[in-house]
Amino acid sequence: MQERELVVVGGGPAGMAAALAAREHGVQDVLLLERDRHLGGILNQCVHAGFGLVHFKEALTGPEYAGRFIRSMRGTPGIEVKTGCFVAELKPGKVLTCLSTGEVSTIRTRALVMATGCRERTREMIQIPGTRPAGVFSAGLAQKMMNIEGLLPGREVVVIGSGDIGLIMARRLSLEGVEVKAVVEIQPHAVGLKRNVVQCLEDFGIPLHLSHRVLWIHGKDRVEAVDIAQVDDSGNEIAGTRFSLRCDTVLVSVGLIPENELIEMAGVEVDRHTNEPVSSDLNYTSVPGLFVCGNAYRVYDIVDSVTRDSFLAGQQAAEYLAENGGVR
Amino acid sequence: MSDTVRLTCIECPTGCALTVLVEEGKAVSVEGYGCRRGRDYAIAEVDCPVRILTSTVAAQGLSVRMVPVRSSQPIPRGCLMDAMNAIRALTIDRPVRAGDVLVEDILGLGADIVATRDVERD
Repeated sequence: MQERELVVVGGGPAGMAAALAAREHGVQDVLLLERDRHLGGILNQCVHAGFGLVHFKEALTGPEYAGRFIRSMRGTPGIEVKTGCFVAELKPGKVLTCLSTGEVSTIRTRALVMATGCRERTREMIQIPGTRPAGVFSAGLAQKMMNIEGLLPGREVVVIGSGDIGLIMARRLSLEGVEVKAVVEIQPHAVGLKRNVVQCLEDFGIPLHLSHRVLWIHGKDRVEAVDIAQVDDSGNEIAGTRFSLRCDTVLVSVGLIPENELIEMAGVEVDRHTNEPVSSDLNYTSVPGLFVCGNAYRVYDIVDSVTRDSFLAGQQAAEYLAENGGVR
Repeated sequence: MSDTVRLTCIECPTGCALTVLVEEGKAVSVEGYGCRRGRDYAIAEVDCPVRILTSTVAAQGLSVRMVPVRSSQPIPRGCLMDAMNAIRALTIDRPVRAGDVLVEDILGLGADIVATRDVERD
């Protein structure tokens, strides 16, 4: 079993900020584990602009924002990065089981920062009735298909939910010549940022149906249509408002939840309702020396705030190590 | 003949509500902006709306399948689809660095198409 000072799980903006700050605050041995081939996390698929206005004072794309941190990581001695490494298990005592090609390894670490990000809520979580054909994707998955894999999810799309990822995908699909027929939002207001309603929907003439819900998804092998109706304040269908839209694809953009399966395995307290770690103060968990930062701690609106708070997580881990036996 | 136009600023996540007084197609006053970017946005939006264009370009033999790209400057909103058609015709088969120019002065609009990610050979 390997013994390390500090392990950071996740190489997105949160993990990179935590690793860099830990080094800056005196931790000599930092190991960052990332399951993907590349550092950058979700920013790599967020090819649109608008990141970094707070941290860098300019509007960067996701890959540009990530790239600045990736270069800092490369220029910082004492940070070991292991990509293609999936943490499959976390045991009490901060013991990690890691899978990489042809290898299973075990690492015990004195301090641990979990920067595992969040997951999208799915169709199943919001219970949209209908058949179960191909062509129903979460918005972020469709984003990965297009921007990372180069695959078009469909030709005629209806977006359920007006979260930012759904709005950004409505524009991305439109730019690729896909017909986005509507965004359907059950709330009486858009959930995503106003700027995204303007530049992603209004710019492309995409209808936004507020106080509407999808009643049924039709289709045998592939999505064929959705039924939509206006709803009252209690979410019940208003008679006479039902209509259908033909489409081959449905994107679901109905929110994000922190990804904390690993810390749960190790007995760290996680709030059943929000999936956030139970915490006395920013980045802290019920286990001393085990920190959670970024979207795994709570889902953030903007990456600049993730960077700010995750720098703090790196500093907190360094302070914990200094207070608990110093640097060996 | 003057007209009042209401806009939502798209420069940052705040989304300030802007009120623009327009005379003969030009903004003569802007209210509601929280910073210089917002004021400039309102003036441009009335005159000729512009947007940063972002997309991806297919890669061959490189460490990623798609290379993310952007316009170096905002381009007229009405030209976005034409620029997309030009971008879609590209492929990249050599390593690039973020900021490398892939298309100079696209469609004569005064903006380059640049890579936004470092990409190595596979």
